[in-house]
Amino acid sequence: MKRTNELIVGLAMVAVLTVIVWGLFAVGDNMAPGATPFSRDVYQLHMIVLGIVSIIGILVFAAMFTSIYLHRKSRGVEPARFNHSTRAEIIWTIIPILILVVMAVPATRVLIDMEDTSGAELDIKVTGYQWLWQYEYLDHDISFYSALDRDSNYARQIGSTLDPREVENYLLEVDKRLVVPTNTKIRLLLTADDVIHSWWVPELGWKRDAIPGMVNEAWTLIEEPGIYRGQCAELCGKDHGFMPVVVEAVTPAEFDAWVAEQRGETSGSATAAASAEGPSMPEPALAALSREALMDRGEEVYEVHCAACHREDGSGMQPAFPALAGNELVNGDPATHIDVVVNGRPGTAMAAFRDRLDARDIAAALTYTRNAFGNETGDLIQPDQVQPLMDSNLDEGLAASSAQ
Amino acid sequence: MTDTTAHIDDHHEQPRGIARWLFSTNHKEIGTLYLWFSLMMFFVGGAMALMIRAELFQPGLQLIDPAFYNQMTTMHALIMIFGAVMPAFVGLANWMIPMMVGAPDMALPRMNNWSFWILPFAFLMLLSTLFMPSGAPASGWTLYPPLSLQGGNSFAFVIFAIHLMGISSIMGAINIIATILNMRAPGMTLLRMPMFVWAWLITAFLLIAVMPVLAGAVTMLLTDRFFDTSFFNAAGGGDPVMYQHIFWFFGHPEVYIMILPAFGIISEIIPTFSRKRLFGYTSMVYATASIAFLSFIVWAHHMFTTGMPLGASLFFMYATMVIAVPTGIKVFNWVSTMWRGSMTFETPMLFAISFVVLFTIGGLSGVMLAIVPADFQYHDTYFVVAHFHYVLVTGAVFAIMAATYYWLPKWTGYMYDERLGKIHFWASTISVNVLFFPQHYLGLAGMPRRIPDYSVQFAEFNLISSIGGFAFGFAQLIFVWVVVKCVRGGEKASARVWDGARGLEWTVPSPAPLHTFDTPPIVDDKVAVHKDQLV
Repeated sequence: MKRTNELIVGLAMVAVLTVIVWGLFAVGDNMAPGATPFSRDVYQLHMIVLGIVSIIGILVFAAMFTSIYLHRKSRGVEPARFNHSTRAEIIWTIIPILILVVMAVPATRVLIDMEDTSGAELDIKVTGYQWLWQYEYLDHDISFYSALDRDSNYARQIGSTLDPREVENYLLEVDKRLVVPTNTKIRLLLTADDVIHSWWVPELGWKRDAIPGMVNEAWTLIEEPGIYRGQCAELCGKDHGFMPVVVEAVTPAEFDAWVAEQRGETSGSATAAASAEGPSMPEPALAALSREALMDRGEEVYEVHCAACHREDGSGMQPAFPALAGNELVNGDPATHIDVVVNGRPGTAMAAFRDRLDARDIAAALTYTRNAFGNETGDLIQPDQVQPLMDSNLDEGLAASSAQ
Repeated sequence: MTDTTAHIDDHHEQPRGIARWLFSTNHKEIGTLYLWFSLMMFFVGGAMALMIRAELFQPGLQLIDPAFYNQMTTMHALIMIFGAVMPAFVGLANWMIPMMVGAPDMALPRMNNWSFWILPFAFLMLLSTLFMPSGAPASGWTLYPPLSLQGGNSFAFVIFAIHLMGISSIMGAINIIATILNMRAPGMTLLRMPMFVWAWLITAFLLIAVMPVLAGAVTMLLTDRFFDTSFFNAAGGGDPVMYQHIFWFFGHPEVYIMILPAFGIISEIIPTFSRKRLFGYTSMVYATASIAFLSFIVWAHHMFTTGMPLGASLFFMYATMVIAVPTGIKVFNWVSTMWRGSMTFETPMLFAISFVVLFTIGGLSGVMLAIVPADFQYHDTYFVVAHFHYVLVTGAVFAIMAATYYWLPKWTGYMYDERLGKIHFWASTISVNVLFFPQHYLGLAGMPRRIPDYSVQFAEFNLISSIGGFAFGFAQLIFVWVVVKCVRGGEKASARVWDGARGLEWTVPSPAPLHTFDTPPIVDDKVAVHKDQLV
């Protein structure tokens, strides 16, 4: 009699809990199956494990609620006296072990697959900065930075008049996307310049930390052309939430066209960081520029590389990020100003821009900050004033600046 | 018994006012201090959590700037872990362990005083960084370099505060071990000890093992930041990932430090209200010890995305999955204890049942997180945030609430208001799920953790979560009301309080007199909570 009771109530509990769990799945969001063979493996693994743990949960809770329903004092139940059962305890030690083995086998297989970066047809080096990404196509001599797009950046400010809901792909759009070919095994080499970042596009199925001083490897193979969006996943300071990753997968033919276009563009422009490496630097980059050219270029560079901390209006964020408007250093001796931007301020968030920007861009940004936000030094900083400091090593640079 | 204790009280000088609390060496008074301190910190940390949830209420930045947001997440975690959860468990240990093992006090009463009184100063120092020019720490409670090294001079205060907390914890742990191993009443063999005592004995060993590791890690941060060393700076020959290994070698045992005493509490409450002895007592003891051992060999499962070698990833995945076995044994044993008992559902039991269900949900998502390839997706997302809040809020915090309701009549001598207690329970249990369950979906949909603003696709679930957060936060005011009301008076509590209660603490009157068991009781199978199956 009692056993039948327990069975009926137990089954009812299983049914109720199953409905609840299904309901929760129906209401909620789930992981995206993604766009690569690996991401689909991960998705399947996720669904298998989610299914198994849900069933375990339903069974355990059903037993518990059955007991709560039947074995209560208000029903006049006398407590049983058992407090031990070796057989039961052996069973519920062994069965979980078997279930874990069932989960571990496919997990191991997928993981081994992920670790195999051999046979890649395209290598891209990804460098995390506070708070943007740099992409270098190692085989194509293409390199550029990728930062939060203007609209999102505008809408995200406190007191912004632009509603984030009106910005398309709010916080998930960049000024320049990482363009990759479909159906190509791509190896990504991840590192960082300042603090630890983590490069993550959910639809590729993985994230991997970008660590200063180390190079991590990962690979992907995107099958369908499309735009895949993600974000930095490791806390990297103030604007951690504002450094998206956007990958645009195009057909190999379109990719080749894009590569050709980039090469045409970068050879004429000074944005290529690859060309900033001292001796190989083409001469014209050091040529003097007009005030207008410096100010225009300077504003662009400032917005991407400086405005996150020093704000677009140069007002800074006290106390960590000083205001540039009316700043003593900015309005003072150019040599010290150049030194701080080129070599950074060790022990603070002020980065050394010698590896990030070339002399032209630094000169432009310096000129801009010295003549914007109400600063009126009137002087122009030319690339050839910046270059000597960039050629010297850090110690010499510091010595030079202190000698001045 | 009442006569003896009254007689002994006469011989003790009883300072009044602030001096009573400042100089107290009495385990019950120090326990009370710990518990009030923990409650205060719970509200300080909670206020920070509400600031976070208010900012996340809708997309866009409305209230606080991202730099301050990071300070809030960091301080919320440090305060909740070191200020709310750990001191609450130490407070419960102080109050209950001597009474449970039949000892007159803790083994080292003066050190007990010291280990508490360090804490207010440590937290004053930590909180003062909020008002310093360089602000509070903003690199997450894990203080990963190089990010944490970008902080200003206030960082030195943070590290000193952490050192003080560590010293306090280590002294508390030494005291608990000394008490349990040396001061048990005659007949209180190790395998007759209540589960709460066992859980704390094991936890105390974990504390002694790992707090010095944390101290070492943060000291290296200190020298890297202020004395030009390069332990974690790759440019100087160091390794930023090494910090993560050292930190999590502390950090993973630390999360069990926050949950094993909770297991102990639940193992006391469920048998009482089921009117049945704990099922599988010895296997519970062994399961607790196994969990403690495993906690030392799973640390790198917090670091699967740092690019570890394949072999290491596999080892840490398998080791982590194995933890599910002893944890499962505990859950099965609790359910079996209820099975064919004669249950009633007073507030402590309600919290205990809620603990079993919600902690198990947190445990099951923990199994999912152990699967390395899937963790490549889950890691550092709101899925993780949901997971550890299920085990820490509906796990550790709910167990502390359950323990408070369970032992409050013993501490104050009055019954708490059962109706209010039940209102508090239902308000908390419903709101906490509204708060944390949607965060699973946010994580799976791709929302990273520790971001002050998010893409609009995450707006709905964040809105729901924030509403739950505020409801849960304000529901805790009911708890304060219940406790204050109970301290001030009410229906007199009997010595045994609960009709299914077993154990030495229920043989002394309620409220427990200041000094108990000056003459040790004789313990046998009839008095003990558990039959010693080895005797």
